[in-house]
Amino acid sequence: MGNSPTTARRPKKARLMQGNLAIAEGALAAGLGFFASYPITPANEIAIFLSRALPKRGAIFIQMEDEIASLAAVIGASVGGLKAATATSGPGFSLMQEHIGYAAAVEIPCVIIDVQRAGPSTGRPGSPAQGDVMQARWGTHGDHPIIVLCPGSVQEAYELTIHAFNLSEQYRTPVILLADEVLARMWERVELPLAQVEVLGRLHPEVPPEWYFPYDDALGDVPPLVPFGQGYRYHLTGLFHDKSGFPTERLDEIDTWQQRLFGKIEGKVEQIARIEEEEMEDAEIAIIAYGSTARSARHAMKLAREENRAVGLLRLVTLWPFHDKAIERVASSVKRIIVAEMNRGQILLEVERVAKGRADVVGVNRADGAMVTPAQIMAALEVEG
Amino acid sequence: MAINLKEMSKEQDLIAPGHRLCAGCAETIVVRQVLHAVGSPVVVASPTGCLEVASTPYPYTSWRVPWIHNAFENVSSTLAGIETMYRSLVKQGKIEDKGIKFVAFAGDGATYDIGLQFLSGAIERGHKFLYVCLNNEGYMNTGIQRSSATPMGTWTTTSPVGAVIPGKRENRKDVTAIIAAHDIPYVAQAAPHAWRDLMTKAQKAIAADGPSFINVLIPCQRGWRFPPEETIVLSKLAADTCIWPLYEVVDGEWKLNYRPSPKKPIIDWLQSQGRFQHLLTPQNEHVVDALQQEVDRQWSRLLERCKAPS
Repeated sequence: MGNSPTTARRPKKARLMQGNLAIAEGALAAGLGFFASYPITPANEIAIFLSRALPKRGAIFIQMEDEIASLAAVIGASVGGLKAATATSGPGFSLMQEHIGYAAAVEIPCVIIDVQRAGPSTGRPGSPAQGDVMQARWGTHGDHPIIVLCPGSVQEAYELTIHAFNLSEQYRTPVILLADEVLARMWERVELPLAQVEVLGRLHPEVPPEWYFPYDDALGDVPPLVPFGQGYRYHLTGLFHDKSGFPTERLDEIDTWQQRLFGKIEGKVEQIARIEEEEMEDAEIAIIAYGSTARSARHAMKLAREENRAVGLLRLVTLWPFHDKAIERVASSVKRIIVAEMNRGQILLEVERVAKGRADVVGVNRADGAMVTPAQIMAALEVEG
Repeated sequence: MAINLKEMSKEQDLIAPGHRLCAGCAETIVVRQVLHAVGSPVVVASPTGCLEVASTPYPYTSWRVPWIHNAFENVSSTLAGIETMYRSLVKQGKIEDKGIKFVAFAGDGATYDIGLQFLSGAIERGHKFLYVCLNNEGYMNTGIQRSSATPMGTWTTTSPVGAVIPGKRENRKDVTAIIAAHDIPYVAQAAPHAWRDLMTKAQKAIAADGPSFINVLIPCQRGWRFPPEETIVLSKLAADTCIWPLYEVVDGEWKLNYRPSPKKPIIDWLQSQGRFQHLLTPQNEHVVDALQQEVDRQWSRLLERCKAPS
């Protein structure tokens, strides 16, 4: 990353930027029209920046009375047709869970930025963690699909934020950008494209208002959501609903809705889920990592390569939906998989599930608010499988 | 129960020195005074905020009393649980009634914003505790963001000042009146310069038969932008400009505790702090006028409620 030459055709501007600011800049580039949040460390810089930047663009910044209200306002703004987002950290992310479930079930595009800090509870507010991985997947009650992205550099924080908005519109779903304290508060060289980046807008139905149903699978896997106020009258509720949006108890209608709801994301894992492989061609040991931990993993891999050891890196850019096929390929081609993460083994469980014993799976974990070090990962290379 | 400084000077402070609050912060001044007035045995609870963070940096604590922090929103509920548990065990005869008192110290973010429904619920249920709001008019712990206690026209990091927008655009909410509307036995507003008034109020509050609430203004040199040695001067100026009147509501009866003479203009208050400097320009005169009108309107309403001559 960051090695692509600057050309006249695609001019870029190199800048030193903080991760949180890159997220905020990415949101602006994606067309953010509404941002509501509540103060919390270590995500504050996003709100502080946007409180200045959004009004200048005629867009809206609101500081809410808590995180529950923040995501509710974001959902409301999205139904109103604006690209909407909130940013928080663990304790606030916990408070948002009910609304994440609502947004998933009612299919409201929105972006939730969670800058992970060590937890549970207040934890270590100024220290990094990756303990919200399973909460991002399963934190709200009930089965639901979700998309979760995890940037590994400040540059990627910018790009993935734009991608998060695009995915949320494309699949009409909440998308969670799972950053961490180190990634969000470090400063790094970035190259922002000066030309317009690819930005997806809200899908619009081709049918007139009287034919429109917000959950009609005749309109496709992802029926367009027409903003309120444009003449399309419809009903939104968190109750199980039929194609019109009205509550239903009919199992056939619930089945139709659920097939589409899960299918639109879980049936498209190959299109949605991104991974990045480095030095995997001849690898006998694969390190799987994501977020800032992937940087320690990359360093460990380089140290191992200097010792002529066949070690490769598989970095998860998309955490959910989980890229089973990519992990299956790795598990079939290496002897050992090391899963490094700043938690007590959350993605480790997924890798073990997919590997099914084809490779030896070892976790390198810590949840004390300190980063996983390259030395810790190197030590795991020595473990006899 | 008169306030006797000589006697109190012999007592141990229930909050110890060595905490990490900023120089010039009024929070521990107020905590010390209130806890002297309340006395032992006492259980203290704090939500997330400056006081919580700065009084308990691992592995130290400044608290010489049992102390609990839960999260940002829930100090009232946490203390309600402790108070109910104590009452129940005493009633069942399982523990001796030692007359333990329960006090919450919470910031304005935790009181005005994220914790308001929890506080409202707790005092509606009638839990016997004193809730002290240490109101520095913003989220100073997380980097000077606006709260609903922040006055209109104020610069904060999330109510920035620009060519078009002159800081926060909304008036602050009157939480003291909201709490008084719950018809609990004791509600008051206080400030650290009026220490005898504050301590008397804390004594009345803790003696009340039910929930009590004191909203205390906390000048914050970092967030308000003033020299740290001026904390107490600013506290008095707030009362003299009537932006922070001192009063109490005892069993529904409103009583004014301090009437400035003369009542100083709001411009004196605005000139004293960096967070208002942008208002001292000709283009923002209308904001100053609007603020003065709002202060006057609220002062008149308070005089009416207190049945004081206008």
